[in-house]
Amino acid sequence: MELLEVKNLSLHFGGIVALDDVNITVDQGSLHAVIGPNGAGKTSLFNCLSGVYHPTKGEIFLEGKSIVGLKPDQVARLGVARTFQNIELFANMSVIDNLLLGRHIHMRSGPITGALFYGRALGEEVSNRLKVEEIIDFLEIEKVRKSSVGTLPYGIQKRVELGRALAMNPRILLLDEPVAGMNVEETEDIARFVLDIKEELGITIIMVEHDMGVVMDIADRITVLDFGSKIAEGTPEQVQSDPKVIEAYLGQEE
Amino acid sequence: MAIRSKTFRESYYEDIKLFQTIWIKFWMMLFIIALVAVPFVTDPYLVYIIDISCIATIAALGLNILTGFTGQISLGHAAFLAIGAYTTAIFASTLNMKFWVCLPASGVAAACAGLLVGIPCLRLKGLYLAMATMSFGVVVEYVTVTWEDLTLGVRGISVPTLDVFGYALDSNEKLYYFLVAVTALAVIAATNLVRTRVGRAFIAIRDRDIAAEVMGVNLTRYKVLAFAIGSFYAGVAGGLYAYVMHYIHPDHFTFLLSVQYLAMIIIGGLGSVLGSVFGAVFVTVVPEFIKALAQTMTLVFPALEDKYDDAWNIAAFGLLIMLFLIFEPKGLSGIWLRIKTCFKNWPYTY
Ligand SMILES: Nc1ncnc2c1ncn2[C@@H]1O[C@H](COP(=O)(O)OP(=O)(O)O)[C@@H](O)[C@H]1O
Ligand SMILES: [Mg+2]
Repeated sequence: MELLEVKNLSLHFGGIVALDDVNITVDQGSLHAVIGPNGAGKTSLFNCLSGVYHPTKGEIFLEGKSIVGLKPDQVARLGVARTFQNIELFANMSVIDNLLLGRHIHMRSGPITGALFYGRALGEEVSNRLKVEEIIDFLEIEKVRKSSVGTLPYGIQKRVELGRALAMNPRILLLDEPVAGMNVEETEDIARFVLDIKEELGITIIMVEHDMGVVMDIADRITVLDFGSKIAEGTPEQVQSDPKVIEAYLGQEE
Repeated sequence: MAIRSKTFRESYYEDIKLFQTIWIKFWMMLFIIALVAVPFVTDPYLVYIIDISCIATIAALGLNILTGFTGQISLGHAAFLAIGAYTTAIFASTLNMKFWVCLPASGVAAACAGLLVGIPCLRLKGLYLAMATMSFGVVVEYVTVTWEDLTLGVRGISVPTLDVFGYALDSNEKLYYFLVAVTALAVIAATNLVRTRVGRAFIAIRDRDIAAEVMGVNLTRYKVLAFAIGSFYAGVAGGLYAYVMHYIHPDHFTFLLSVQYLAMIIIGGLGSVLGSVFGAVFVTVVPEFIKALAQTMTLVFPALEDKYDDAWNIAAFGLLIMLFLIFEPKGLSGIWLRIKTCFKNWPYTY
């Protein structure tokens, strides 16, 4: 069953065509990878999916409901969470507070209950803190839970950002280059977490990634973008042997 | 299993309590006793200075919530104080209302004005927002001068004595306890606000608005909310100001006052509740201190007699602010944090 359906999606910036008539279907519970050379439009696709950009043309359906035109916070409430290619954490806040922000849509207290810090606000702080601590344990970042995020090393920050997205308890998780710039060990950790998220938590994942090893290892299906167009789609084996894909990648690496 | 730090609490409820250790409770008690004792042991002028500092603290908290926490700069804070002050003045003098109507009404009136400014300014940032809020300040100043039927224009309005359930607060000492209590409430409310859901959303908007939005924070709602809350604080402060001064005039709420509030939160520390308190007290007290110092100097050096005037004071104050920005960008709250960490790491304090 498909959870997300992208239909004839196009995105133009003046003369630049970032996405050109892209069609993607993501099945419930699957790990769908999007690959392609730099500038292929992968991040632009994520920005459309999360409501940050509004597509020039086309439709996006989440469980059959169109989400085009919604604002990012409305999309978030429908269960779409994401990480960013360049870490977008709240650097002055602690790890716990960053993850609590991920719980924003599941909390309800307003300025008055918050200022009184009594009743709902208090109960909510404690119960959501419990959820946050579960995620902190899951991602093995207990040691840094109270550290200010800005002081943490890059690899840990990437993990915290993943935790913040998880805290939203999403139905679909968009990961933009989750292992970029990491060493082998850190890459393996993240790959393991991503698989656990899919299998244990049952969250559908779309992942943009350059690390072919990781993608071929863990993805169920792969979509290949080049210059904004989809040039191939299929299982890792199918995509690996596709001549168009080989050409696109060899062409770039010259 | 991770190594738990020494402050780890099994229960998260313990972890989010404000006063966690016996030492903090002890110092808080001492501070409260000192506050209660002040009018008995010092001269009336100092009590008056603290009264004024309380009002400044409340308004500075409001500006810090808007500017320091949410990142929306305002150069029109004085306008919201004016709206609050005139609301209380008119309600208390013309309509004979009690303080428990006047002060909340001041806050609500200013908050409504905050919505009025906040909604059209949603897309403005930085210098543009500064200009827009400054213009609002000018408009309010103009209205207070020209709408004589309501504000009595440049004649100003006299405000009756604050009366708390039949007990007239007719001296600065009596006002003192009232003001300290209201200020304490304002500080506690702000502290709670910024450490719960709404406050986190504010900080998120300030630091990374797109990421905040992707986390589900409705930018429109929270930016406008910050304006409303910041103005509410200013409005209440304005109402208190009317009661303490017994008389208000359009000249009390000029652009210079808005700049002063900005100075308070910068000196105290942007995005810090405690910093708002420090900054407000500092900006209120230091000019008095400079004046006293200048007077002592004339005793020692009679040649300096008659040389001191207000311009000197403002210049000395300006110099102090410059030094602050250069040597302590995090403001007084930054200094405070460093002192506190020093003590925490010192053995036996836990
Ligand atoms: N906000 C924007 N304004 C103008 N051009 C953009 C913007 N965002 C992306 N682009 C362009 O769209 C194309 C695709 O970019 P992007 O989606 O970031 O690629 P990828 O993530 O696959 O490397 C690039 O040519 C880029 O310059
Ligand atoms: Mg990209």
